Amino acid sequence: MNPDSIVPDVLPAVLLTGIEKSFGTGSSITRALRHTDFEARRGEMLFLVGPSGCGKTTLLSILAGTLRPDAGEVVVYGHDLHAASESERTAFRTRHLGFIFQQFNLIPSLSIVENVSVPLVIQGKKRREAEGRAADALDRVGLGDRLHERPGKLSGGQQQRVAIARALVHDPPLIVCDEPTSALDRENGRRVMEILRDAADERGRTVIIVTHDPRIYSYADRMAEMEDGRISRLLDSPAAIATAHPDT
Amino acid sequence: MMRLGLRMLFGDHAKYGMLVSGIVFATILITQGAALFLGIMSWMCSTIRNVRAEIWVADPRVEMVADQKPLRETDADRVLSVEGVKWAAPLYTGLQTVKMDDGSSKQVTLIGLDATTLAGAPPRMVEGTLEALRLPDGVIIDEYAVDDLGKALGRPLAIGDVFELNDHRAVVVGICKAYRSFTGGAYLFTTYDRALGFVPAQRKMTSFVLAGVNTGESPAAVARRIEAATGLRAFTEREFMESTIRWYVANTGIVYNVGTIILIGFIVGTVVSGQTFYSFVLENTRNLAAFKAMGASNQSLCGVLVIQSVTVGLVGFGIGQGIVALLGRMLLALEKVPFLIVWQIPAGVLLAITGICILAAFLGIIRVARLEAALVFRA
Repeated sequence: MNPDSIVPDVLPAVLLTGIEKSFGTGSSITRALRHTDFEARRGEMLFLVGPSGCGKTTLLSILAGTLRPDAGEVVVYGHDLHAASESERTAFRTRHLGFIFQQFNLIPSLSIVENVSVPLVIQGKKRREAEGRAADALDRVGLGDRLHERPGKLSGGQQQRVAIARALVHDPPLIVCDEPTSALDRENGRRVMEILRDAADERGRTVIIVTHDPRIYSYADRMAEMEDGRISRLLDSPAAIATAHPDT
Repeated sequence: MMRLGLRMLFGDHAKYGMLVSGIVFATILITQGAALFLGIMSWMCSTIRNVRAEIWVADPRVEMVADQKPLRETDADRVLSVEGVKWAAPLYTGLQTVKMDDGSSKQVTLIGLDATTLAGAPPRMVEGTLEALRLPDGVIIDEYAVDDLGKALGRPLAIGDVFELNDHRAVVVGICKAYRSFTGGAYLFTTYDRALGFVPAQRKMTSFVLAGVNTGESPAAVARRIEAATGLRAFTEREFMESTIRWYVANTGIVYNVGTIILIGFIVGTVVSGQTFYSFVLENTRNLAAFKAMGASNQSLCGVLVIQSVTVGLVGFGIGQGIVALLGRMLLALEKVPFLIVWQIPAGVLLAITGICILAAFLGIIRVARLEAALVFRA
């Protein structure tokens, strides 16, 4: 698999078909995903919502190539991740994915510019280039004046903006976010979502967000609701989302 | 990636301090134990090191330098008659008591050298000359005796001072440098005949016969010829030191005691550093999983762990060796504690520390290899 292969824009960014995933063995087996189909388009911001344990995070892990399904097809930007070897999936993630985690996952002993440079360092970029691009990314999220501070000195909202800068620094076409606003207050949550919205609009990136936070539903282009390991409902437009969730 | 790994390590001051201190402790304990062992062994061999001779001839049952089964004086002539022997001279060595003017007494090691050749004389004189040994009642004392025997006088002993050696008058005619003896006493050198006058008479008085070999002869080969021709036991200088050390190792508990210190050092280092490093990896599990999710390979993450571990090992080893060196200087200045470091000790300790670091890194590597990148998404 060539991670740089050119894929026609008409193909969906992410296409999951007939995904099965179980955890445990014997009588303690848990079916996290039950023959699930899923599709994300290029340049859209798609939300995955649903109650705890419904399989959102498992689905996110599979489409991000960090977890292998028991059955089904996983095609992301034209690459068949189910058939790919571990090292091929690792190489794919390096170039094509940006991650934003619920707990930020910033290294406390590194400065924020070093934290943001991590994806580029993993790609093998030289320190000077990596930190230069990291500084630009931090500038874009409004933290260009705090490059050499440690994450511990930043607020939760600022830390999540650092995490966004890290997810965008290597210019990946797909951003996956796991509860990006759950640890933030309304104002910081709004700011984070606006940055992600810009990331999707400006560069045509696909942003897939797992969330429980109804405060941010208005940012979604589409929403997939999950229940018992399946997509139970697909809300195909902002208007449909607003209708289904009028209180957001 | 390696640089970031090191920044992660150095940034966690508490863990880094714990890791390094575990290695420092291990380094100090292992090095100190080994240096103590070698120091004791060198003190055991101090008579051999102070009386330099290519070959030492002894009774066939003798295994070490302090084990004395006297020879006949004529044995020196028998040794001299062996092919390849250039010279042979009798040597007296034994513990004797010096009595000072104030009535106090000290134990010393008395060495009696052949008066004609002065074979086995101390190689480094500080004051006076070797030839002065031929003056009446003359003895050469080592630097330790200057202070030790001088305590009774309230000043350092000097050339011309007089004391009693087994009720016989002895006059200091020179001061030399000598290695310390394990018994803690000073070394006194005199002529062989005068030494026999200082000590109670016995039927056989020659402790050893010293011998030199002709140019081009191998001391070991000549020693074997002496054994074959005389029935006595002959050692080269190195053989005699090794035999002496072997005897102490086999007949005393010293090797077990020192071995225990070294083992404890290794265990302390392994447990403290291994456990701390493992907990460092555990605490960073989520970050490592994030690295994996972002595309870091197992190989590069394991490389980071190895670099972190080796860095801790080298820093701890360096600090530990520095502390031992300072400690050693202090101990050697005191001249009362056996301490000897040869290059093999730091080299061996570096190997042991490397073993500890590999073990510590290995525990982390197992963890990282089993780590699922998807873990980063779990709450």
